[in-house]
Amino acid sequence: MLAVIVAAFLAVPMVASPYLYTEILIPFLILSLAAIGLNILVGYCGQVSLGTGGFMAVGAYAAYNLWLRVPELNNLIVVFLFGGLMAAAVGILFGIPSLRIKGFYLAVATLASQFFLDWLFARVKWLTNYTPSGSVAVGKLEVFGWHVDTPADRYLLILGIVVVGTLVAKNLVRGHIGRSWMAVRDMDIAAEIIGFRPLRTKLTAFAVSSFFIGVAGAMWAFLRLGAWEPLAFDINRSFQILFMVIIGGLGSLVGSFMGAAFIVLMPILLNQLPGWFGIRMSTALLSHLEFMVFGAMIVFFLIVEPHGLARLWAVAKEKLRLWPFPH
Amino acid sequence: MLGPFLETLIGGLLTGVLYSLVALGFVLIFKASGVFNFAQGAMVLFAALTIARLSGEIDGKEVHLANFVVAAAILGVAVAFIGWYAWREYIARGAGPGERRKMQVLAAVGALVGGIAAYSYGKGAWPLWLAIAATAAIMGLLAYAIERLVLRHLVNQEGIILFMATLGIANFLDGFGQTLWGSDIYKINLGLPKDPLFLFEGVFPGGLLVDPGELVAAAIAAGLVVVLAIFFQKTRVGRALRAVADDHAAAQSVGIPLNTIWLIVWTVSGLVALAAGLIWGAKLGVQFSISLIALKALPVLILGGFTSVPGAIVGGLIIGAGEKLSEVFLAPILVKQFDLAGGGIENWFAYMLALVFLLFRPQGLFGERIIERV
Amino acid sequence: MVARVRSFPDVLLSVENISLSFGGVKALTDISFDIAKGEIRAIIGPNGAGKSSMLNCINGFYHPQQGAITYKGVRRSQMKPHEAAEQGIARTFQNIALFRGMSTLDNIMTGRNLRMKTGLFWQALHIGPAQREEIENRKVVERIIDFLEIQHIRKAPVGQLPYGLQKRVELGRALAAEPELLLLDEPMAGMNIEEKQDMCRFILDVNDEFGTTICLIEHDMGVVMDISDRVVVLDYGKKIGDGVPDEVRSNEAVVAAYLGVSH
Repeated sequence: MLAVIVAAFLAVPMVASPYLYTEILIPFLILSLAAIGLNILVGYCGQVSLGTGGFMAVGAYAAYNLWLRVPELNNLIVVFLFGGLMAAAVGILFGIPSLRIKGFYLAVATLASQFFLDWLFARVKWLTNYTPSGSVAVGKLEVFGWHVDTPADRYLLILGIVVVGTLVAKNLVRGHIGRSWMAVRDMDIAAEIIGFRPLRTKLTAFAVSSFFIGVAGAMWAFLRLGAWEPLAFDINRSFQILFMVIIGGLGSLVGSFMGAAFIVLMPILLNQLPGWFGIRMSTALLSHLEFMVFGAMIVFFLIVEPHGLARLWAVAKEKLRLWPFPH
Repeated sequence: MLGPFLETLIGGLLTGVLYSLVALGFVLIFKASGVFNFAQGAMVLFAALTIARLSGEIDGKEVHLANFVVAAAILGVAVAFIGWYAWREYIARGAGPGERRKMQVLAAVGALVGGIAAYSYGKGAWPLWLAIAATAAIMGLLAYAIERLVLRHLVNQEGIILFMATLGIANFLDGFGQTLWGSDIYKINLGLPKDPLFLFEGVFPGGLLVDPGELVAAAIAAGLVVVLAIFFQKTRVGRALRAVADDHAAAQSVGIPLNTIWLIVWTVSGLVALAAGLIWGAKLGVQFSISLIALKALPVLILGGFTSVPGAIVGGLIIGAGEKLSEVFLAPILVKQFDLAGGGIENWFAYMLALVFLLFRPQGLFGERIIERV
Repeated sequence: MVARVRSFPDVLLSVENISLSFGGVKALTDISFDIAKGEIRAIIGPNGAGKSSMLNCINGFYHPQQGAITYKGVRRSQMKPHEAAEQGIARTFQNIALFRGMSTLDNIMTGRNLRMKTGLFWQALHIGPAQREEIENRKVVERIIDFLEIQHIRKAPVGQLPYGLQKRVELGRALAAEPELLLLDEPMAGMNIEEKQDMCRFILDVNDEFGTTICLIEHDMGVVMDISDRVVVLDYGKKIGDGVPDEVRSNEAVVAAYLGVSH
């Protein structure tokens, strides 16, 4: 594990091209953090949410407003933390119904937050600094005096944040707070009877989850897009992150990374594939085909291994260790 | 003041009936299989696209492939049905299950012949009734494929996994429909009256303005809702469906074939999607955004309860009316008060309405109160 | 084994005139009895007699329409399940209610939840107080694992364990809370003779070594009469007998309603 982190910090910058950074590594890392956030809520605490995009938007616009209005605090770490905290606050607010609403009712209820937040950032002019159509842009990014300009700089900053974030998530899920989440997920009634307070447990999960998602949203806006509008965080984003969590594996942090890698690489691969075989297609047809293949792959994965890539990986590792013996 | 209010209310209620129709598709599947079918919206789009393309003017070159596929599907279904019937006869006489293979071959041959026939015939627009019938057959085929390729392999999985699978199906269908039929905006011409209608001219100055097309559409939708409710409550299949919904294992133990029931339910909700697609398509034109109707139907579901047919109906009406009224009367106030860049609150108002309602009644409008046990 | 006769002067919990109904169905009617500190108290009765409902009332999961429960001298009519847990009432369930996605160790660790207080900040860093707390509580849990002889399944996901072991893990989770009152809902249902003997031994040891008061529901009459100090008999939601095992055995109403032996 340590080797992977060291390699990511030292070896990758030696070989990576700008394309690799901006199209693959940066989206992969940021979305991994969002997936970890959602996995805490869905995979560990068992509360299905379809509002991830909205919480990312809260992170992005909160960070934007701090960056814009308080120039003294122009330090990306502070800005991102603020984005995360605001998202956590909004997450707690929209998590309150979870006390009374369960399962798919809750999933649909979280859509309320998605649509409401979409609307909020498109319509409330102050939040987007009175720009037409709510599209905003940032420039001049720095962390403790370090100007984050090149793709390589951005990559290193994101990598640092994601590593720390993952460590924090790991610590939380293995401690008593993580156990309280899993207890509520596995059997909420029993959890309450042995002394967990259901509302507090669920709201902690909503807060922590939204914090991660908010930070990811702020990073996505500042370091991936640079200029964005509310559409960048619409419901499709919510589904995208949910796919990552499910394909990677519910309740697995490593799975969140695998799911993110899968979802980031898949469209790129699909776009290249016909070219390799010398087939030319119109972009419209290509995007329709992408939809189809993507849908089919999801169904296929769910049938082959409902517990996601993380489980497949574990099984494969076990098999390799025993090879050539069957057991 | 009362006049515009009633006008908005009526418009909202008429739209609400259509929401009910979409919500009903969800309810049917959730009741009988516990699957929260997110692909319902994609099914509506797919059905609408199919009808529009079959019944619309065809320019002569690119549609041949699609025509071929459709005709193949129809004849394939027909021949497979005959084959299935014959196979059952064989079984009754004691023949082995090897006949199943023969049936499949038969279906394939039928599909091929049908395809060739349709290929040579199908250059012009089909009459609407034929297009609808053909689409119905395709929806049935789709249900069969979904049951066979997806659901059967996911029996006994958790709800979230099945839900995810339907998200996959939705993606696939969105892509498939547009690959097959193209992604332009199409029209469906149901021949609905267009001239605005004025009601109660004696009571209100100028009368109430009502779109007769909406009125007819709402009437069709209402009729379908009633038929489905009766189907569910009174027929033998309906009883079996309700039994399956209550307890899968128990239903199987009294000899209700689970797979067949699922096939029926998915076919029926495919037909509901067809009706919804037809009406929405005639109203708004057929385009990708039609699949987002599913999102409109969701607050109806949480308001009415996932398992309640009357809930879907009443919920649809409440949401439809609430949405329109809020947009017309509440939004301007909000815009003025908070200096917003436009209204558009109907996108979330329905959700908030349903959410607030749920806080007071978690089981929905008509859902049964759950007694928790340990 | 001969029924033990021990004396218990202090009342830990008393139930007064409890009535509970769901809609029109009466689950419990005017039930009163008490549980003395340190005893093993059994509730018996045929299926549907209201035994589990009674336990659910005691730990606050159901709220009886009438009557009151006095626990450690405090009278209350309504409280939430987690409040019962905070006051030292732990329980097991008739249909095992373990956290299926977690390991045996984690399941028993959840029983310590009320004693683990460090907040998000320390938890996120996993140093200092958070780590100390984890280590201390882990020690207690390891003692319980040793006591119940389940060391070999410490890391196994509980969902995959055989039934008898699951019951044992569930007992472990309840014990981890170091309760004053332990409610056991059919701890031996569905077990073979050997497993039952083990479970009896654990129950008696818990009672002897830790002085935990135990209230249990059980179907196996032999077991009940052997290990319990006093027995309450319910039938159709009404109390029809109460006393030491020998009294209950000779109570005619009980014999007629429950034991079903020939007269």
